[in-house]
Amino acid sequence: MSAMPKIHLKDVRKAFGDKQVLNGVDLDIAPAESVVIIGGSGTGKSVLIKCILGILTADSGTIEVDGTDVTHQPAAAREKVNKKFGMLFQGAALFDSLPVWENVAFGLMQGDHMPRKEAKARAIDTLSKVGLAPEVGDLSPSELSGGMQKRVGLARAIASNPEIVFFDEPTTGLDPIMADVINDLIVTCVRDRGITALSITHDMHSARKIGDRIAMIYEGRLIWVGNAKDVDRAGNPYVDQFVNGRAEGPIKMQLRR
Amino acid sequence: MLNFLALIGRVVLGFLGHLGRLTIFAGAAISHCVRPPLYPRLIGRQMIDIGYYSLPVVGLTAIFSGMVLALQSYTGFARFSAESAVANVVVLSITRELGPVLAGLMVAGRIGASMAAEIGTMRVTEQIDALTTLSTNPFKYLVVPRLLAGLLMLPLLVLVADIIGVFGGYLVGVYKLGFNAGVYINSTVDFLQPLDVISGLVKASVFGFIIALMGCYNGYYSKGGAQGVGAATTNAVVSASILILTSNYILTELFFAS
Repeated sequence: MSAMPKIHLKDVRKAFGDKQVLNGVDLDIAPAESVVIIGGSGTGKSVLIKCILGILTADSGTIEVDGTDVTHQPAAAREKVNKKFGMLFQGAALFDSLPVWENVAFGLMQGDHMPRKEAKARAIDTLSKVGLAPEVGDLSPSELSGGMQKRVGLARAIASNPEIVFFDEPTTGLDPIMADVINDLIVTCVRDRGITALSITHDMHSARKIGDRIAMIYEGRLIWVGNAKDVDRAGNPYVDQFVNGRAEGPIKMQLRR
Repeated sequence: MLNFLALIGRVVLGFLGHLGRLTIFAGAAISHCVRPPLYPRLIGRQMIDIGYYSLPVVGLTAIFSGMVLALQSYTGFARFSAESAVANVVVLSITRELGPVLAGLMVAGRIGASMAAEIGTMRVTEQIDALTTLSTNPFKYLVVPRLLAGLLMLPLLVLVADIIGVFGGYLVGVYKLGFNAGVYINSTVDFLQPLDVISGLVKASVFGFIIALMGCYNGYYSKGGAQGVGAATTNAVVSASILILTSNYILTELFFAS
């Protein structure tokens, strides 16, 4: 770990009403490192990413990006920090009122004020990097399959050359082959460009493939952080149960009767 | 008894919470309206949506309202031998009240609902979060263009509605009730004061703002899936309609009470 982490989380807490979702998260992510957070549904994975992105505000704790405390930054300053970020949403979250190329070029045109013609050329080029033909650029997002939407979402996330990219369940809802294609694209895009990546997923195959390190979140805390290759022999009963997908173990699913 | 009081307390607290959130939302939206960057292309698109595409429904409402008004006022005034006041009543009613209120209610149904549905869908599919991650302020990109377009286009729509409504009254007055065309037009023009039209246009601006504000607010805070978006759409139309009728009374008091 270098002296200055790209992202530094210290005792981050967030509650919604009586429900404490994040209960003191500590994590450092080094530049060009890919960290994957695994954990069950409702354990606070998405909330953690939204707190870092500024979509939600943490109740307490510290979130630093490149050494700058962004925990309670005002919106205008936050927009500048967000220029460092790219995000691939679980459902791709493409703007359905815009054609595919405008989705990909959105950050370039709105955030960087790039002329439309130049932004379109960059969008088409980025689409080719995720394996999509130039003609796809003129389609509407609703005309694309789930896998293609994820690729467009990935292209949008990397189009403006962000320093940090967040991946929210990048392979959820895809068939195994398409999931592996997306994993390969993530690995290529992140490693080739030296991007720092923070991903959240339930998919252990994906976690092993795209992560340098894996962290497990349970009841709003990171209960294990280690190298991706060590996850199968973590020696933590919670991690073992999750990685092996067993119903029996210390993690009890909350079922209403 | 305690349960009943607790229920009242919850309802009052819920209402005050909504009111507070709406006030903060409106304040933030207005402050973004006067701070760059603005999106002229999006404002233009919304102006076409609100203004141009609402013309048929507003025009139809206005012409039939003017026609019915002429017919009904003739029936009433004939009892007092005051048939000659029909043109005056039509033009005053249309410009001061019916033009802005009916256009406002029709646009609330058409545009308020579509704003809430569009922004609500963007909320539940994380498109608004995506805007934030792309360094784009959702207020500036989604709310400001709609508010400005509502504020600017409703007066223009009402001006057209006024003309069509008065023309509807003219058609019934001249071709059904037997008024002389020249006399009817003279009565209309002579009796009309600039304030009658201006008050209607000011009302229209306020109504346009209310429609866009309620559409954006309800969409922006919609929750859940399709059901949440449906509820946001209903709330947008109902709350905008109630606020239009309430503010209409207040504005009428301000303009004409003295």
